[in-house]
Amino acid sequence: MLLQLEDVVLTYGKIEALHGLSLEVAEGEVVALIGANGAGKTSTMRAISGIRGLSSGRIVFDGVDITKRRADQRMRKGLCLVPEGRGVFPGMSVRENLDMGAYTRRDKAAVAKDFERVFDLFPRLSERRKQTAGTLSGGEQQMLAIGRALMSRPKLLLLDEPSMGLAPMLIQQIFTIIAEIAHQGTTILVVEQNAQQALSRADRAYVLETGQIVKTGPGQELLKDPSIREAYLGVA
Amino acid sequence: MDFTSLIDNLGSHTVDGLTKGAIYALVALGYTLVYGVLRLINFAHSEVFMVGTWTVFGVYAVFNATAASGVGTVILATSVALIAATLASAGTALAVERIAYRPLRKKNAPPLIFLITAIGCSLVLVELFGHVFRQFFGPPFGRALVSIPTLIDTKVLFTVGGVSITNIQLIVIFGAVLMMVLLDLFVNYSRLGRGVRAVAQDPDTAALMGVNQDRVIMLVFVLGGAMAGVAAMLYTLRYDITKFDIGFLIGVKAFTAAVLGGIGNLRGALVGGLLLGVVEVYSSTLFSSNWEDVTAFVVLIAVLMFRPTGILGESLGKARA
Repeated sequence: MLLQLEDVVLTYGKIEALHGLSLEVAEGEVVALIGANGAGKTSTMRAISGIRGLSSGRIVFDGVDITKRRADQRMRKGLCLVPEGRGVFPGMSVRENLDMGAYTRRDKAAVAKDFERVFDLFPRLSERRKQTAGTLSGGEQQMLAIGRALMSRPKLLLLDEPSMGLAPMLIQQIFTIIAEIAHQGTTILVVEQNAQQALSRADRAYVLETGQIVKTGPGQELLKDPSIREAYLGVA
Repeated sequence: MDFTSLIDNLGSHTVDGLTKGAIYALVALGYTLVYGVLRLINFAHSEVFMVGTWTVFGVYAVFNATAASGVGTVILATSVALIAATLASAGTALAVERIAYRPLRKKNAPPLIFLITAIGCSLVLVELFGHVFRQFFGPPFGRALVSIPTLIDTKVLFTVGGVSITNIQLIVIFGAVLMMVLLDLFVNYSRLGRGVRAVAQDPDTAALMGVNQDRVIMLVFVLGGAMAGVAAMLYTLRYDITKFDIGFLIGVKAFTAAVLGGIGNLRGALVGGLLLGVVEVYSSTLFSSNWEDVTAFVVLIAVLMFRPTGILGESLGKARA
């Protein structure tokens, strides 16, 4: 297993956001985590990436217990999160944002190649490489955030609501690119409210309700599950 | 109101003001850098400057450098003093961060606690030089004004359009601007500088990109401290004095300069510092030197009323997400 969460409990003050959550991601998989607002999707991502410490439980990544590691140390191990709301550095140019993705890398030649790769995936970013990130549209910022994460050559790419606030056509485009990234060999864990898109593209999926996993299975199977269709796909 | 005196000597008053302002600007960088990254006004920064001036005094004493010393001694003493002051100030800034602020950060202390701690650190440093060191080492430590030997005599170097420029003025302005250009290049074009800006703009995302926040914070204190150290060296060349509480007024003025230019904005510190220096000199010519400080703060209040983000606005942490 590339990533394992065991009985993860995460609290904000007195409020418990995750009550003993366990999940796993194997190498090469695309795993989706779906759930309603407030189910704990973003909290799960914060726990994995290390922005928020755990109250109890364990996180193992690539055979190493990273529970006590800081976010920047986890990133150096090959775990990169595209945070909710994109989190591009608004005052930096597109180019500088991508440079930030490669912040920890010293292999300049390979970094230059990855620039090409990102610009191939997102031609829009190539056109705007000198533009300040804060002035990009929502879709472009999302592309930039994903491109920046790719610059770190992650073993596991974490995506938190990549479709949030985007027009339907753009959502389609973003998911196509995510599929392409997966196809190129990056393991992906994606959190989504857009269950239709997430389930149809994922190898496996977890359903999160009030801080706990309530269901798991292959994406296609969950798509057909009547209770899921009712709760998340708006089909009676 | 002595308009004729101001107009007649406008050029030389301006150069005077720029010299003064260049020192404010250098010190202001320390406030602005730390504020940009931590949203904290490091009130101990004025003492970081004060430590620098004492270091210069100490180095001169070690080399036995006086106004009568030969050229060789002067060059040696001033170069060592510059390096030592830079290191001492940077070290003091770093010590304050490690001993006082970092433990508070680990406990997620609220902003007010940081502010009070900053004031506390400032007092501790002031009393170290004003009282504690005197108990152990005797004078010159203590509360009296200490004069620093004038190693470089003030000479008029050249005259442009009726304005004579002295060697000291040239050294101060050139030195300060050079340091600021170097800092600006570092922050805007180096990898570490990008890390500093990333933490200023969005600390969580910076960590997600692998930036070690504690290291960036240390770097920011060291850079700000080093700038204050250079400022201290330039100050002693210009004014030949130090005192246990010499940092206070310079610190307040530098802070004013930082706010004036836009706190968090490195270029703003330069603009704010130079402007404040010039305004001060003009007003002391127009009214009397007693009005210098009053004018400085009237300018600050006016800027805060009409343009609260300062002249250039915030930039290090622009549009913090």
